[in-house]
Amino acid sequence: MHKEFLMGNEAIAMGAIAAGVNFVSGYPGTPSTEVLETVSKRRPDRTYVEWSVNEKAALETAAGAAYSGARCLVTMKQVGLNVASDPLMSLEYVGVKGGMVILVADDPGPISSQTEQDTRHFAAFSKLPCFDPCSAQEAYEMVQEAFYFSEKYKTPVFLRPTTRVCHAYASVTVKDKEEYVLHNPEGFIKDSKRWVIFPRLSYQNHIKIEERNARLSEEFSDYSKNSVYLPSEGEPRKGIAAGGISYTYVSETLKSCVGAKLFKVATPHPFPEKLALRFLDGLDEVLCVEELDPVIERELTYICGKHHLPVKIYGKLTGHVQNAGENTRDSVNGCICDFLGNKMPSGSAHAPEDALPALPVRPPVLCAGCPHRASFYAVKTAMKGRKTIFCGDIGCYTLGNAMPLDMVDTCLCMGAGLGIAQGAGRISPDTSCFAFVGDSTFFASAVTGVINAVYNQAEMTLIVLDNSTTAMTGHQPHPGTGRTVMGDVTAKISIEAVLRGIGLTVVETADPLDLEASIECVKRVSAEPGVKAIIFRSPCIAVTKPAGGLAVNPEKCISCKRCIRELGCPALILKDSQVCIDASLCTGCSLCSQVCPTGAISRNGGDSDE
Amino acid sequence: MNKNIVLCGVGGQGTVLASKLIAAAAMKKGLSVMSAETIGMAQRGGSVFSHVRIGEDVCSPMIARGSADLIVGFEPGEAVRMLPFLKEGGQVVTSSRAILPVTASLSGSSYNGEDMVSYLKRHVENLLVVDSEKACGELGSPKALNILLLGAAVSSGRLGFTEEDIKDAIAERLPERFHKMNFAALEYMRLHP
Repeated sequence: MHKEFLMGNEAIAMGAIAAGVNFVSGYPGTPSTEVLETVSKRRPDRTYVEWSVNEKAALETAAGAAYSGARCLVTMKQVGLNVASDPLMSLEYVGVKGGMVILVADDPGPISSQTEQDTRHFAAFSKLPCFDPCSAQEAYEMVQEAFYFSEKYKTPVFLRPTTRVCHAYASVTVKDKEEYVLHNPEGFIKDSKRWVIFPRLSYQNHIKIEERNARLSEEFSDYSKNSVYLPSEGEPRKGIAAGGISYTYVSETLKSCVGAKLFKVATPHPFPEKLALRFLDGLDEVLCVEELDPVIERELTYICGKHHLPVKIYGKLTGHVQNAGENTRDSVNGCICDFLGNKMPSGSAHAPEDALPALPVRPPVLCAGCPHRASFYAVKTAMKGRKTIFCGDIGCYTLGNAMPLDMVDTCLCMGAGLGIAQGAGRISPDTSCFAFVGDSTFFASAVTGVINAVYNQAEMTLIVLDNSTTAMTGHQPHPGTGRTVMGDVTAKISIEAVLRGIGLTVVETADPLDLEASIECVKRVSAEPGVKAIIFRSPCIAVTKPAGGLAVNPEKCISCKRCIRELGCPALILKDSQVCIDASLCTGCSLCSQVCPTGAISRNGGDSDE
Repeated sequence: MNKNIVLCGVGGQGTVLASKLIAAAAMKKGLSVMSAETIGMAQRGGSVFSHVRIGEDVCSPMIARGSADLIVGFEPGEAVRMLPFLKEGGQVVTSSRAILPVTASLSGSSYNGEDMVSYLKRHVENLLVVDSEKACGELGSPKALNILLLGAAVSSGRLGFTEEDIKDAIAERLPERFHKMNFAALEYMRLHP
């Protein structure tokens, strides 16, 4: 054993490696991404790792490996589980041979997601056991225990951390290489009664699953990470139940607020009912502190009803805890102090927030030099005065909605922009319908949308924003990049060829940083009938060398501020009402020099005539 | 030793590396560390923070309001935003250089950070303002900011680590070609008090 300073996601990866994981697949998504990346960086030679094209593909390839006896880890964020839910629901009825841990990172807040959905519900719905770690250390140990339970009961299991566990760092005690488990899968053995799902098999297995979950509930009552803590003194009449990161917030508060019994729930499904009864014994009131949905609260309310216990259960359902957004140390302090009738522990020495001066507002924006800005601006300029709908999608380019671009009218989920553009066009035939999709999202979930459009003779323009990487989640490779996460060079799948293969006849590729040519391209292509596409190709500035910054020639600048007003680039700033370029941000994309009416912006500070 | 440290700034300024160096220094002394930071969409020019907590009885990576020993602001407005976390008598170290958000440029706002620095001067007893524009100019790179501020935190005496401790962490964590510039940045505030 030794100590390492690890991010929660890194700890999960190291735990899986220590458990002898053979096969890891996933799709990037905040806050889950670093798990797979860490396995790929630190894996023993025989571990296979892939970024799959999407979460459904990731789960299905892992199912094949698990049928063959391999220990598998599948990684995704909570909304990715929606994509993988079709194979997941059936896989639970079929089961696995090698252990399978499905890592689904939930995102209270939400901080980087479309929804505040709770994977603990998905666990109950799909009948999978679910582990909910409260820290990096616990996540490290839990992933190894999750593999044990998965193989013991031949079922996939969930490991469900949340953002503050995934992205927190801690000094974690980890195993030395010599302590790692070696697991040798035996390969696929034919057994159609086991691996082919049929209604009769599902019926039989359903019975077994229900029996198993009842047994697991018993076993989890003795699982060391579920526990009941008594206060150091007194006979408490009040209790607090918590899970995940909220448990650590509660523990911090209880250092200064005494008098409560504490129930730590590490397996929200199947719920450890016996342990819960030990916790509830002798209590009058319980406060449930959890994030996302009131899962613990409903379980305890159910158990009280089932066993006729006169215990009042408080939480989100009763309005004692906020029902949306993430918990904080302070929100938990407040709830517990109200519940226990204590005074708030030492508050802020420096005035409440409302006493602060007006602070700069900093919504996230497209980076300086981002080629997406140029693509959006070209479409905006080309379509000025026309009736349009701009359907966005999931990725950095969702930020194209911000002023002054204001180029995202809709955004729903991965790949949805294509369908929305088609549906809107059916109802408003006089509208030019555009769908914007990034290259990684194109491969993940837009191809069926394109086929749907062509098959059903839609009228729309597809804009593929191809920056040759999965930028938002930290630059993962994808099928269009020609390399894999294991470092292999592989065939690049051409977006043009895919589109032409589907039957599009108008497919143009343009460099968005050439503004005039891009505007002409949009005008030309969007005027064509049927489904047509433009691929705006320019690499993400975060992974390319800057071209050398630009500067404003104050003698030529007439302070019209057109560059700032039109583009909203963070490198364009006003200093004493003079437009300047922040040299530490400018990448030299030159878009601003192309919108400047006086030629005041150039690489050498305004001498654009030379 | 028990320490709660908040580092804050704007996405892309290097707060994460600074928090990792503090953690590395603490680990080297055998201390337990937890930290938490902003990762994801907010990194694109949004307000970002890192919480670093050192000590044996820490169970959560997050810091509660009114309990930070030290706030290191990479931008004066962001330092003010985090003030509710500062405990009575806590220390603030901040860069004086304002970063203008796009929203301010668009609205023609005159935000330049001076109001923020003067607010800090009025409300924080233990304040160290670093003229980072001048310092980074002398150091030859805007990228020196994070180590410059770490050096300032060291010289405030409230970080709990010495210049040597941080120097070791830099030597351990960063490629050699960046050592010289970063060592100079680390020493800067001691040499230019």
